[in-house]
Amino acid sequence: MDVTTLTIASTRSAIAEKKTTAVQLVESSYKKIKAENPEINAWLTLCEDRAMAQAQRMDQLAAKGDPLPPLAGVPMGIKDVMVTRGVRTTAGSKILESFIPPYDCTAVARLESAGAVILGKMNCDEFAMGSSNENSAYGPVRNPRDKSRVPGGSSGGSAAAVAAGMAVATLGSDTGGSIRQPASFCGVVGLMPTYGRISRYGLIAFASSLDHIGPLTRSVQDAAILLRVMAGHDPMDSTSAKAPVPDYEQEMAKPVKGLRLGVPKEYFGEGLEPEVRAAVEASIAKLQGVGAEIVPVSLPHTEYAVPTYYVIATAEASANLARYDGVRYGYRSQNSRTLADMYRNSRDEAFGAEVKRRIMLGTYALSSGYYDAYYLKAQRVRTLLARDFNEAFQKVGAIVTPTAPTAAFKIGEKADDPLAMYLADIYTVTADLVGIPGISVPCGKTSSGLPIGLQVLGKHFDESTVLRVARAVETHLQP
Amino acid sequence: MRITDKDVAYVADLANLELTDQERQRMVKDLDSILTYIDRLNQLDTANVPPMAQVCGTDGRSDVTPFREDTPRPSLPHEEALKNAPAASADFFRVPKVIEK
Repeated sequence: MDVTTLTIASTRSAIAEKKTTAVQLVESSYKKIKAENPEINAWLTLCEDRAMAQAQRMDQLAAKGDPLPPLAGVPMGIKDVMVTRGVRTTAGSKILESFIPPYDCTAVARLESAGAVILGKMNCDEFAMGSSNENSAYGPVRNPRDKSRVPGGSSGGSAAAVAAGMAVATLGSDTGGSIRQPASFCGVVGLMPTYGRISRYGLIAFASSLDHIGPLTRSVQDAAILLRVMAGHDPMDSTSAKAPVPDYEQEMAKPVKGLRLGVPKEYFGEGLEPEVRAAVEASIAKLQGVGAEIVPVSLPHTEYAVPTYYVIATAEASANLARYDGVRYGYRSQNSRTLADMYRNSRDEAFGAEVKRRIMLGTYALSSGYYDAYYLKAQRVRTLLARDFNEAFQKVGAIVTPTAPTAAFKIGEKADDPLAMYLADIYTVTADLVGIPGISVPCGKTSSGLPIGLQVLGKHFDESTVLRVARAVETHLQP
Repeated sequence: MRITDKDVAYVADLANLELTDQERQRMVKDLDSILTYIDRLNQLDTANVPPMAQVCGTDGRSDVTPFREDTPRPSLPHEEALKNAPAASADFFRVPKVIEK
């Protein structure tokens, strides 16, 4: 059984039909990880005992001929910003180098209840702050499609592992594009659901009004299956939505004929690489070819999304990261005379440069005399961004754009220029600010073979349409 | 430059960071360029635009995120909560002295 091409659906049927066992899949996955991870660096921690115990449970069910749960035996990885009981969780930071969480993230618990096998934890930018995975305290991740390039970020390990065949699917988190942009760079599917669709309980907080959990997969169908397993109200997260959860697999399979798709001109302007534009436009033409109606729309405040994001995300981060003080968990500096010294030294010694930069920016934006000028101003512009989408969604059922302005860039290329790095998220941040769902689906390759992603954005709680359009792109991409 | 060494020192203090001299110099430069970029928000007149408070539930769906029942439930046992502490004794986290002599 080739673990590098399995999907969720094919894993379950292979186990049910006794073509393989969950234990065998775990063994071959770890074999692959141990051979390739030293170079790719996608995994930070492996939890082999936990994986093997779960695999054995699934094999026992299969042996008895019992019906298998939807994710039976599916080898998965979890971005290291989601806590896992008894399994080290670092958030890519030195400050949590030896943190062993006492509970499980709701999304992870739901995956395991549905039969998934958690192999381990994925490398990422420190506290999910970055667009290239170069901000991890545990070293950069390499893009399996071209090892001199970044996998994108911040869920770089999650995207790289799926692309390299080290896991059938993984979880990532998306605050400004951190699922969709690495999915685009690594040539996999990455889904960010509506804000509140999947509980954030157990997700280490970066920016609470922007943080989302979502899957990275080899197919749109797999994203649909995982969304259904993880979605739904959780009393442990006060922003978790009480909204009905449809059968996304069924919804995804509906044709796009007659669907009105918006193409916003602001997403096709300056800075978009010609090869990316050509691939996205060719996909849009194919969607039109199968009966979708293409409608030009305008999202006039698009250029203000990145500056709005960097005020709100950093302000929230500065508050959320205040908890890392060396007292209750995490790194503590050993050379401190007083409590105040200990706070400072611990944070100074264990936070990386980008995290410090964002804490400083956010603290500045919230500080006395600047709150109205930055934070309040940004929240007002956020309302304008939401109005742009409300207006567009009066006319269309979904919006299609490039996921990122470029294909994967070289490791080190933007590492010294924070502003240039922030612009890698130019097409993804707005959906986080507005709370709408978005997906990145592979839509072509550059002449040098690098993957290109197409993004589909939908209305609040309408992941069904987003998945349906992505499925059409995926289907009609086949030669 | 709109951001000075003094600003960086003040904000670092608020954020419980110390920063090395080298980090402070770099921070002056980085914050300055990022804030200059953020300034483009001032091109927009937002005098009559309300600030966003919540992204969902603004379309008449306020029932989407109801409060949970206010009922007591078990919390993390002391022993579990102290497991990750860099230093603990009995039921408490140990820290260096708070008040200097």
